[in-house]
Amino acid sequence: MRDDESTQDDSKGPVAVEDKPGVSRRDFLKISTVAAAVPVVAGPKGVIAAGQEVPVYGPGKVPIELSVNGKAYKTSLEPRVTLLDALRDSLDITGAKRVCDRAECGACTVLLDGKAVYACSMLAIEAQGKKITTVESMTEGGELHPIQQAFVDNDGSQCGFCTPGFVLACKAMLDKHPDPTPEDLVHELSGNVCRCGTYAGIRAAIAQVARKGA
Amino acid sequence: MADYQWPDPEHRTLIGQRVSRVDSPDKVAGRARYTYDVKRPGMLFGKMVRSPYAHAKVVSIDISAAEKMPGVKAIEIVQKQGSTVHWAGDEVVAVAAVDEATAEDAARAIKVQYQKLPHLVSDAEPPAGAAQSQGPLSIDDIGDMIDNQVPDNQIIGQIKQYGVSFKVTEDEAKEAKQEGVSDAIIDAVRKAEVHPEAAGAVKSNYQKAATQTQGDVDKAFGEAEVVSEGLYGASMITHCCMEPHGSTSEWTDSDHLLVHMSTQNVSGIAGQMAEPLKVPSSNIRVHQDHVGGGFGSKFGPDRWGIVTAQLSRKAGGHPVRFMQERDAELKVAGARPSAFARVKVGARKDGTLVAWQSQSWGSGGPGGGGMPPIPYVFAIPNQKKEHTAIRTNVGPSRAWRAPNHPQAAVLTMCALEDLAAKLNMDPYEFFLKNIELTRLPNVYRDEMPIAAEMIGWKQKWRPRGQNISGTAARGLGMSMHTWGGRGHASDCDLTIYPDGSVDIKMGTQDIGTGTRTCIAVVAADALGLKAENIKLYIGDTQYPPSGGSGGSTTPGGVSSSTRRAVVDARDALFAKVAPGLNAKPEELEARDGQVRVASDHSRSLSWKDACARIGATPITCHGHNDQAASKNKPDLTNSGVGGVQMAEVEVDTETGIVQVTRMVAAQDCGLVIDPKMAESSVLGAMIMGISSALFEEKVMDSRTGIMLNADMEFYRLAGFNDVPELKAHMMTGKGYDERGVIGLGEPPAVSPCAAISNAVANAIGIRVPFVPLTPDRVLAALHNNAKAGA
Repeated sequence: MRDDESTQDDSKGPVAVEDKPGVSRRDFLKISTVAAAVPVVAGPKGVIAAGQEVPVYGPGKVPIELSVNGKAYKTSLEPRVTLLDALRDSLDITGAKRVCDRAECGACTVLLDGKAVYACSMLAIEAQGKKITTVESMTEGGELHPIQQAFVDNDGSQCGFCTPGFVLACKAMLDKHPDPTPEDLVHELSGNVCRCGTYAGIRAAIAQVARKGA
Repeated sequence: MADYQWPDPEHRTLIGQRVSRVDSPDKVAGRARYTYDVKRPGMLFGKMVRSPYAHAKVVSIDISAAEKMPGVKAIEIVQKQGSTVHWAGDEVVAVAAVDEATAEDAARAIKVQYQKLPHLVSDAEPPAGAAQSQGPLSIDDIGDMIDNQVPDNQIIGQIKQYGVSFKVTEDEAKEAKQEGVSDAIIDAVRKAEVHPEAAGAVKSNYQKAATQTQGDVDKAFGEAEVVSEGLYGASMITHCCMEPHGSTSEWTDSDHLLVHMSTQNVSGIAGQMAEPLKVPSSNIRVHQDHVGGGFGSKFGPDRWGIVTAQLSRKAGGHPVRFMQERDAELKVAGARPSAFARVKVGARKDGTLVAWQSQSWGSGGPGGGGMPPIPYVFAIPNQKKEHTAIRTNVGPSRAWRAPNHPQAAVLTMCALEDLAAKLNMDPYEFFLKNIELTRLPNVYRDEMPIAAEMIGWKQKWRPRGQNISGTAARGLGMSMHTWGGRGHASDCDLTIYPDGSVDIKMGTQDIGTGTRTCIAVVAADALGLKAENIKLYIGDTQYPPSGGSGGSTTPGGVSSSTRRAVVDARDALFAKVAPGLNAKPEELEARDGQVRVASDHSRSLSWKDACARIGATPITCHGHNDQAASKNKPDLTNSGVGGVQMAEVEVDTETGIVQVTRMVAAQDCGLVIDPKMAESSVLGAMIMGISSALFEEKVMDSRTGIMLNADMEFYRLAGFNDVPELKAHMMTGKGYDERGVIGLGEPPAVSPCAAISNAVANAIGIRVPFVPLTPDRVLAALHNNAKAGA
């Protein structure tokens, strides 16, 4: 269960939401995952929730600043826009793919401060102040990263739509476990799904890179 | 006369070598642009209002609130008031707005009232006597077929076969035409036999679809020494392509349309959009660089593709992107028909098959569906078959990798394995005993020992239920399959430039099957170059047309057209450079980046230097492969392949969980262009097969008529951890290469469900009737077995 779902459970007593114009209970639920630590860029309104003051963005577009692949982007977006849609539709960075749009398939995987996350299930405003890494950043000067080259060598892609997500999930895993055990593979890659059936190629790709100690 | 024949092994420079997928670097780097990634200036976003009911009449549509919303640019009624929707999720109204969120808000503001009608979403066994013969078609029957997007030729076929129950007036014909009904259908209705007495007859959902008898079944069963009877089946599954269906359309002027579409059929889309949009096909340009999966579900523009273009027109030509949401993708964008059967099969004591009898049924949605080709692979001499098609409100079916064959394999191979168990025979020996009943006995005889060796069949196989320790039951199973795979019509333009560069233009598409690589290897092989030296332009209607990528027809088609073009271009180049090498053109060869005299390598030119002698005008040659084999001289493609797969499973008898622990395939596809791509196709098919054997099922709720698992959490695909060590062996060399190129997408996708089901039966000692082999089904089978034995 996600955090925001727990607030819908009325048996736990009423949630302290101070009614302010423009903030319905529904809107509040949409934004309640936004931690108070998010840098304030738009002078958001504040509401008291669970005894704490939390910022409220919107409705309507708000200025937003994202750091993607070492570059700062400024744009304005509705607070309900996900990080995935912000990357793809506003910044035209399309390596991360939209497939399930609800954290089930991993095609939207990006790294947030080095950790693999589902960009479809995080709001763009939540990703402010963090280092966002997409698959595009891995190709320095046109050279493929060793894990990417291993995908090519071992045919780890067919239609390729899940591939960027897998490449990043593999990178995050290998950064953490340079010589992954079978259990590491299961744990680190169980959040990504392929329809064409490229798991055999991906397994071989990981073996190639792990051996080299990349 | 140019020598188009495929080169023998000695003269191949690249064909048969393990070449890496040429577009793989773009895919791993995130550079590959898919339709979903296309972003056009001023692009609007489309959203759909969908029917929440499985069967209902549209009573009223109110778009007034949505129209007034800021940012809403176009609204298109897809099914107007009075229309009947036939499945939950069917498109009713489409809206385009400045961003996705606004479009979503607008869709929510559109109010549609429905009158609910009775629905059927269950494909359970038809009640006895429920099946009716199809009678003359009513005007509603034909309207329903058009609504259900049944292809014109099928509708016309039914009109011809069954006649109609009404007489069409000229006014009605005119009105139908205005509503977009094709002239061919109207014409067929005009010419059809009219049976007015059939008007008003109530139609059953259960339709007698086939009754076939061959030989003397009763006599054969009377003489059979062992008879096995059983229930088998495969549930309905969906395609679940990673990239959903959809397109971005824009009118570049008042009557020219540019379409970016996620499709398996680039060259075939414009022709399907022209009539509904009332523009000539030649005014529609279709483009696609990469497609995130199709598996048989992306051959047409679909109703939403037409609507996207209409939204754009209404919005003054602005580009409109409409890509399906994931839940819609699973509900409406394609399903593989279910198939179930009660099978009786008989043999003599030595295992010789003598008789087959089946009562089968299944559903492919509103259209019903046909009988799978049973008995599969083995032409059992005496057969009696009846099939009932169930018309349901589950959304239309579409071709799914090897249409009808995976179901046929389950119905047949599982019944045969049960018979082998009853005969106390090793199924390997049993299948071998009957191998002469197949169309390709020599191929299967070659493949069976290879597959058996890879999985260790001889050492590991035990009779049913005799390899259980504690709660772990282990078993082996096998299945066999066949497919056609002849190359489709394909046209190729190949150009050699004076600077040595080479490009190919072809309106084909690479759906992840390695089509780009196949084309590049065939061209580079003849020119003595590397695959990456060939620049490929595909995926656009501005290039010569090539068939849709379905039915494993692409490799044969594109390799044949490319081979003809490249041989002609190479020979034209040889004619230009031969004099300078003091040789005749036919004495030259292109190898290792050189053009040289075959018998004297000292007389040679580098590829670049040779091309410099072309002169200022490049050499362009055209290659064509015809769909009809007789028109290809010589014919470079062929039809008919065989494959054998074996699976090893471990079943937890306490939880019912099945784990595939090993799986192998021996597969034939004629001449293998690139073994690396070929193996990937086979491995991928096995993985997809594990997924459909263990997890996938479109779960419908009988009460509400909606799909309960229209997401990727509960419509589960096999993950990394579900896939064991796999081995694929491609048949090559004598007996295979000389048959020419044959497609490979379908055949290896046929056997997995049957092989895994047989392995589970072998492990636990009892048949689990239906795939997917979910824990509840496995436990139910074990429970029933225990009760029967008690």
